[in-house]
Formats: sequence, structure tokens, C-alpha cells
Amino acid sequence: MKQFLSFAKKEFLHIFRDTWTMMIILVLPVIMMLLFGYAVTTEVRDTNIGILDNSRDEISKRLIDKLDESEYFSVVRAFNSNSEIEKAFRRSEISLAIIIENDFSKKLITKQNPKIQMIADASDPNHAKTLVNYASGVIAQSLMQESKANNPSSLINTELKLLYNPLMKSSYNFVPGVMGFIIIIVCAMMTSVSIVRERERGSMELLLASPVKPITIILSKVTPYFCISLINILTIFLVSYFIMGVPIKGSIFSIFLLCIVYILVSLSLGILVSTIAKTQLVALVISAIILLMPSMLLSGMMFDISSMPLILQGIAQIMPAKWFISAIRKLMIMGVDVRFVFKEFLVLISMCFVLILISLKKYKNRLE
Amino acid sequence: MLGYLIEKEFKQIKRDWILPKLILIFPFIALILLPYAANFDIKDTRVVVVDNDKSSYSNQILNKLRANTSININYFEDTYAKAMDLIQEDRADMIINIPSGFEKDYIVNKNSKLLIAVNTVNGMKGSISAMYAQNIISDFSLEKNSSIQVINSPSMEIQPLYAFNKTLNYKFFMVPALMVMILTLICGFLPAFNIVGEKEKGNMEQINVSPITKPVFILSKLIPYWIIGAIVISIGFLVAWLFYGITPQGSIFTVYIFSFIFTLAISGLGLVLSNYAQSYQQAVFMMFFFIMILILMSGLYTPFTSMPPWAQAIGSFSPLKYFIDVMRCVYLKGSNIVELLPQLYALLGFVAVVNTWAILSYRKKN
Repeated sequence: MKQFLSFAKKEFLHIFRDTWTMMIILVLPVIMMLLFGYAVTTEVRDTNIGILDNSRDEISKRLIDKLDESEYFSVVRAFNSNSEIEKAFRRSEISLAIIIENDFSKKLITKQNPKIQMIADASDPNHAKTLVNYASGVIAQSLMQESKANNPSSLINTELKLLYNPLMKSSYNFVPGVMGFIIIIVCAMMTSVSIVRERERGSMELLLASPVKPITIILSKVTPYFCISLINILTIFLVSYFIMGVPIKGSIFSIFLLCIVYILVSLSLGILVSTIAKTQLVALVISAIILLMPSMLLSGMMFDISSMPLILQGIAQIMPAKWFISAIRKLMIMGVDVRFVFKEFLVLISMCFVLILISLKKYKNRLE
Repeated sequence: MLGYLIEKEFKQIKRDWILPKLILIFPFIALILLPYAANFDIKDTRVVVVDNDKSSYSNQILNKLRANTSININYFEDTYAKAMDLIQEDRADMIINIPSGFEKDYIVNKNSKLLIAVNTVNGMKGSISAMYAQNIISDFSLEKNSSIQVINSPSMEIQPLYAFNKTLNYKFFMVPALMVMILTLICGFLPAFNIVGEKEKGNMEQINVSPITKPVFILSKLIPYWIIGAIVISIGFLVAWLFYGITPQGSIFTVYIFSFIFTLAISGLGLVLSNYAQSYQQAVFMMFFFIMILILMSGLYTPFTSMPPWAQAIGSFSPLKYFIDVMRCVYLKGSNIVELLPQLYALLGFVAVVNTWAILSYRKKN
């Protein structure tokens, strides 16, 4: 026990003395939360549009003002010809061009179906569709006011119930994702690099020659990272609860338990990587490509897994982050009973066992 | 002198166990897999239906839903509570609840109710699925009473035209930008490891006492990654063409010019961090920290203009933003270099600032 404590202390000192890494590790979750919370959105807001008004009459002018006033668009260009539109698109000055036919009001009043053409920059197809929808909405509304007509009532009243996230905040989705990601960085990446570094610098030889058992060395290596991940999780919870207003609906105890299990899985992944990699560079590359990238892309944090092709869905099944994120989403956001996350718990615990077994087998207490 | 140093760099890279594989294979795999993963398209919404009416109308609605490719009716339950259990187990995403008397209400009272409950933990997925279902149901309603007269509503025709990507293929949008991301990962992280590697191995000591001048040293580090960048981006062009059939609408020459400039900027950034870092761990975390911010704020996944003004201000300091913009413009819109001059100046500015910084921050004294 005394040996373990002094070894763990040595590891803590290693980490604390590396001020830069320490700072980044503690600040990273907060920055990620802020980025995902405020910067990574698909909201349409003040998108630059251009207008070619061939009609230049009262109604068309009011229409353009309406578009400019709306929170979605700001009219930055008034065109005189089609060729100008083409140019503006290619300079990416505008995302949407609206062309109003000549004699617009006259045709509208005489019911000749005047045409409004919208050219959307469909480089980003989803964004283009949204822009066209919003612009059509603004135009239809504005024309409705012109004619003061009534909206014909629809006969089926569809009631839409938004379960768990009625305000549609994106933070509900990414908070679990950020947790899953940060723990992989701290536990898997940092742990593997720190073990391989001892080997690369030659200090591993000293450790192995000491009377300390290899298992104690490994345990004392991972203890500090275990503590740092707990701090990170706590930070994420505090930021999401107090700043982002994400509720914690489920039982704190089971969420805590889940985090511990996931941290253990990630730590054993880190140990496994360290037994494979011979240099820090290799350890970094392996953990970045095999662990980090899939934890971001295939975990359901940003992109929906069930919309992916089957091969990728298959790969996603072996990512611990996927199971963790799915479970924490259910426990924390949906507030479901623990029995609904039984499967996730089971998968994570068995992953943990398998990984520890493999790394114990691969771990050598001799240097080649 | 410079020639020998570059030769040394290439020998080191070639003899490394993982680097040559990383440079040649990673762009292939990443570009083949990423566009399938990084996709905001929503398909396969799993639906559980609670049909308490079991009438011909409710059946017609269900058939309409089945005909839609993005909606899969996976379960039928008797009660809403049982359907909720499926949502909680994450076996379904949406509940469509048709109350008893739906058809009767529709015909007799001209007003019937229907409930769509959708899991919106993932807000975007939830709202898109709900929109699909709502559209189908209002289509049904329109069909059923085509006799309705739209009397006073203004009649006008809106003709949307989706320029530059007529088939609305999301991959056409993502592939050129993902090439930028892959280039950033390889030509950003590897230089960041490079000088730190020399420090950890002790080579730095020898270089510091040699007559190599600062600019020559930085250039000897920069040029190899410049060449690697050209290889990586060429692999990218090849995969995009062979695998996705995507070729630039504009000139490939333009894309190459920009990628040469961009590689200098991002490798320079790696070298700057590498000068400050003392260990691999420090270098990787600093680089990761910056690259993550640069990528998320560059408009790669979400539109740049959707960000709040403060975020756009920070984002305009991301060289990725400009290069991604260029790639999409040239690939999809066929823009030429004159139309992309602002982006060109911005990138050249980055190259100048970052590489001057790299030379200045390299110190021969400890």
C-alpha cells in the first residue's frame, strides 16, 4: 500500500509539473461545451441574400423589406441582371438569390400567378432546403397580409409532442457526447502516452527492476488519470447544469456508477494501447485514429448512427463511447429507470473485463 | 545545407514504423469512411404506432407512412404507455398515436386529432423526423378533401432552384471539405510532433550547436510537410474522383495553389506549438486544442453564418475556414482564382504571420 501511494504520488507530480497539459485538460471540457453549445448550430440567422427585383413596385418593395427585417435574412445585394447573381454566388457573397418577375403586383391583383424564383446555393443541401423553406414562409406570410385572406383550416389537428427536450436545445444532445470524448482523451490517450514515455526514456527499466509488482506500477499509473476524469466529469455536469440549463433527471448514483464503469473501460483501453505501441508517436497516432476519431464521429455525439451504412453501424457497436453516450443520455436527459440501461451497463462491464484480460496477457515485465 | 536537412527529414519519416502508412493509407480510409459518417441526413426513423381506430383511414395513413423511405414502422402497441417504454429503451424514435374514432371524427365532425410524439434529445433528428410525418399526414388530409376551395388566399408561384448541387447530394458538400480536414490532421499534427521529437531524443542539442540558421532549420521542417501535403491532397482528389465521381467544376490548378498555401499555414502552426512544447504530450494537447477549435468554427459541419457574431469573429482567424470555402467554391461552383482573392490574401497572411513566428520562437539557447 505504501509502495502504491508513493508511486501514485510520483505520477501526480509528473502531471502537475506539466502546467500546459494540466491547464488544457481542465479547460478543454469547458471550451468544448461552449463551442458545441453556441457555435456549432445549424440555425439560420442573418443569412446574406441578394434580390433581383424586375418589378420595382410597391408590393415587391414591401416584400424585400419583410425579408430584410426577418431574423433569418439580411439583404446585402440588389442585382440588375442574372449574370451578377452568378458572380455573387461564385464569390460566396450570398447564399440565396430571389428573383421577382416584372409586373409583380399587377399580376398578383389580376390573379395571373406571378412567379418568384429562388436560387439557393445548394453546395450545402440541408442549409439550402432550410433557406428556401424559410424564405417561402416569409413571402407567403407577407402576401397573406397584403390580401388579408384567411388561412384555410386543416382538418387533421396534428398534435406534436417533443419528448424530453421541448425547447430543442442542442446542448441536451452533446453534453453526454463531450463527456464520452473527454474521458477517452484523458484515460486512453494520456495514460498510454505516459506509460510508453517511461519506456522510451528508459525509466521503465528502473521501475521494473524495483521490488514493486508490475500490477502496482500500472495501478499507480492510472490512478491520477482516474482522478482527473472525475474532475472533468464534475466540471461538465456543473457547466451543463448551471450555464446551459441541461437538467439531470435520473438518479445521480446510477449516473456516477456509469461514469466509473466507462472510465475503467477507457483506462484499460489506454493500458492496452501502451502494450502495443513502442514509441509515444505510435501511441498517439493509434489512440487518435482508433479511439478519438471514432468516439467523435461514430458515437452518436454529432451524427445519427442509425442513418449510417451498416458497416459503420457495426464499427460503432464496438466503440465504448457509443454505449456510454446512449446510457448517459437515457439516464441524465430522459430520466429513465436503471433497468432500461441494463444492456449498456452489461456491454461496458464486459468490455472492461475483456480489455483487462488482454492487456494482462500482453503486459511484459521485461524489456526486449 | 538545406538539401541535406530535407534529406534527413525524409529518411526519418521513411524509416518510421507508422508515419509512411499514416500518410499514404489514412487519407484513403478517412475519405472513404468519413463522408458516410459525417452526414446530417436523417433516414430510418424508427416508429411505433398506436392505432386505436383500426379504420380504413388510419390504415391509409399507415400505408402512406410506410411508403416513405425515411420512416420505418417497426412496432405496433395497444397503449401509449407501452409505446413510451420502447422509446425509453431506445428501440423507437417516434410514436404515432391514432385515437379511436379518428375516422368518424374526420368525416362527421370535420375535425379529428392525431398525436405525434418524438424523442428530441437529438433536436435536429427529432424535428426532421416529425416534419416528415407531419407532411405525410397533411398530404393525406389534402387528398381527402381536394374539394376544399382556396378562395381568398393570394396565388403566386415560388420556384426554387438548387444551384451547384442539383441532386442535393450531401457528399458533394462534405467530400471537398473533409479533404481539408484530413490535410489539417496530417500536416498539422506531424510537424507539431517533429521538433518535440528531436527534443525528446536529444537531437536538438546537436542541431543547436551546428551552424544551421533559424530560417534554414524551420524551412527544412516545413518543406517535407509541404511535399507530404501535396501527396495527401492528390490522394484526396483521386478518391473523390474514383469513389464519389466528384471533380472540381473549376480548375484543379486553383485547388493546388490554395492547398500549397494552406499546407504552409497549418504546418507552420504545428511548428510554432512544437517550439514551445517540451514533450509529445504537451505538443499533442496544444495542437488538439487549437485544431478542434479551428475545425468546429470553420463551417465544416455547420454553416459559418449560423454562428453568433462573436463566434464568427473568432472563426475568421481560422485558416480552415478560408480553405474549406475555397474547396467548396471551386469544386461545386467552379470559382476561379480572381473570385477567390479575399481568401487568397487571408491565407497568405496566415502563412506570413505563422512562419515568422515559428522562426522567431525557435531558440537555440535553452
